[in-house]
Amino acid sequence: MTGQEKKGRWVTAAMLTPSAIWFLLLLVLPLIVVAVFSFGERAPHGGYSPAFTFEQYANLPSRLKAFQNTLIIAPLGTFLCLLVAYPLAYFLAVKVHEKWRLLLLVLVIVPFWTSLLIRTYAWIFILGGKGLPALFEMIGIDDLRLINTPGAVVIGIVYGYLPLMVFPVFVSLEKLDKKLLEASNDLGGSPFRTFLQITLPLSIPGMATGCMLVFILLMGEFLIPAFLGGGKVFFVGNALVDLFLQSRNWAFGSAVATSLVIIMLVVVTVYMRLMMRASAHRDDVSIL
Amino acid sequence: MRLYALIVYLFLYIPIGIIVLFSFNSGRHASEFIGFSVKWYGKALKNPFVIEALTTSLIIALSAAFLSSIMGTAAALALQRVRGPIKVLFDGLIYISIMVPGIVIGIATLVALVTVFDIVNPFIESFWATAADAPKLSLGFASVIAAHTLFTMSLVIVIVRARIAGMDRSLIEASADLYASPWGTFRQITLPQLFPAILAGFLLSFTFSFDDFIISFFVAGSNTTLPVYVFSSIRRGITPEVNAIGSMVLAVSLTLLIFAQVLLQRGRKRS
Repeated sequence: MTGQEKKGRWVTAAMLTPSAIWFLLLLVLPLIVVAVFSFGERAPHGGYSPAFTFEQYANLPSRLKAFQNTLIIAPLGTFLCLLVAYPLAYFLAVKVHEKWRLLLLVLVIVPFWTSLLIRTYAWIFILGGKGLPALFEMIGIDDLRLINTPGAVVIGIVYGYLPLMVFPVFVSLEKLDKKLLEASNDLGGSPFRTFLQITLPLSIPGMATGCMLVFILLMGEFLIPAFLGGGKVFFVGNALVDLFLQSRNWAFGSAVATSLVIIMLVVVTVYMRLMMRASAHRDDVSIL
Repeated sequence: MRLYALIVYLFLYIPIGIIVLFSFNSGRHASEFIGFSVKWYGKALKNPFVIEALTTSLIIALSAAFLSSIMGTAAALALQRVRGPIKVLFDGLIYISIMVPGIVIGIATLVALVTVFDIVNPFIESFWATAADAPKLSLGFASVIAAHTLFTMSLVIVIVRARIAGMDRSLIEASADLYASPWGTFRQITLPQLFPAILAGFLLSFTFSFDDFIISFFVAGSNTTLPVYVFSSIRRGITPEVNAIGSMVLAVSLTLLIFAQVLLQRGRKRS
């Protein structure tokens, strides 16, 4: 090894050190601490006292409702996001003139990077007593309750995470070889059949990425149920805020957090496996 | 199809528009629009709690953005020269730090930092004559900056790496052929080419940190960031003042975002 190479190695190591320390102290260590705490006990005045017990995990059913809500509403919200996002992504990738494509795409993404807090707050305004329900009253529909219902939470979810779904679906549709569509057309395939047999299968990777991103973020959602669920529709995130900041039961809270991460990991792994199998299967078909 | 797209765009922007519209409401009640006025902006900007929260948020966002741009760029540059298990390890850590929900990061940082402080504080105290004089580590600015930087650093790494992948290698080779030192090549060739991506990463990091609620909610201690302030005021009831603050927050992030997008697009076009 020459002196120059040796020096280069030191420089590389020095450049990686700060981020390595950061990952270690603020990601790896905290996650380990939470896992360890989940086997502990609540200290008399809140917080954590060391122990080794499975009590916290045995106690999980007391928060069953939060897990149920999350595991029903998060996939539902993800699916609705996809339903709303797909036609828009298709429009942007295939139909729109190239001149406008970038601008329109940026307009979809921009809201995602602005405060979710403020955007969700807007819906308290719209769905609350003097918003949409007041409008409906004018046309004779009385006593419409929108806010603090599962429906309100789902609307908030679709609104909040739609941009995140549009982008990956758009990318996969844009990459799609337009010649395939022409070929299908030339061979007498109807537009609907072309879509069903070519466009849709080829955009599966984009849909899978989008669904995974949205689903993972939804599993940890706190703000949307807090604002639009009004204490009636709550997620695991709301239970966690309660356990760590109000009742200060860190041991049980850690068990809930650990379970959430484990459920996420399992769902994501199974999902990726399924997607890989699906795309491998599709490759066989395309070879035939 | 066009109509559908139009409806989705309206769906995305009408709620934002309503907040901005009602921030100019002269009435005292948030839900009835009476007349046009900017008085709520004046009121918000005179509220000492809002100013304090805003200052806190700005300091935290600037620090997180600076730290993550520097550390993220360094890591992105170094990672292109690393192979094998170290690269796999880093890729994994970057992936996890982006994918783990903010709420879990918030909780884990809270629990870990408080535990570390409980161990370190008595140790520091033992060096001081009286325990009351000893400095105490506690949650505050530093813990929020540190927790935000975890996510934003990974973001910068991803953005800068994408730019490196699209960079013109021939210039670097030419520079080396012309006997430029590695540092000279870096300063005069690599850095100018990467600059738009680094700046975009900086702006996105700032925006993320400035808008983040959940992580700050857990690790800010007795400090209050602007989103945490807005959250607790919403809990107390909706006022036009909150609408005015919200509109200002939206304006800040929109401006920075448009700037970041322009930088990223320009970089993409040139490559």
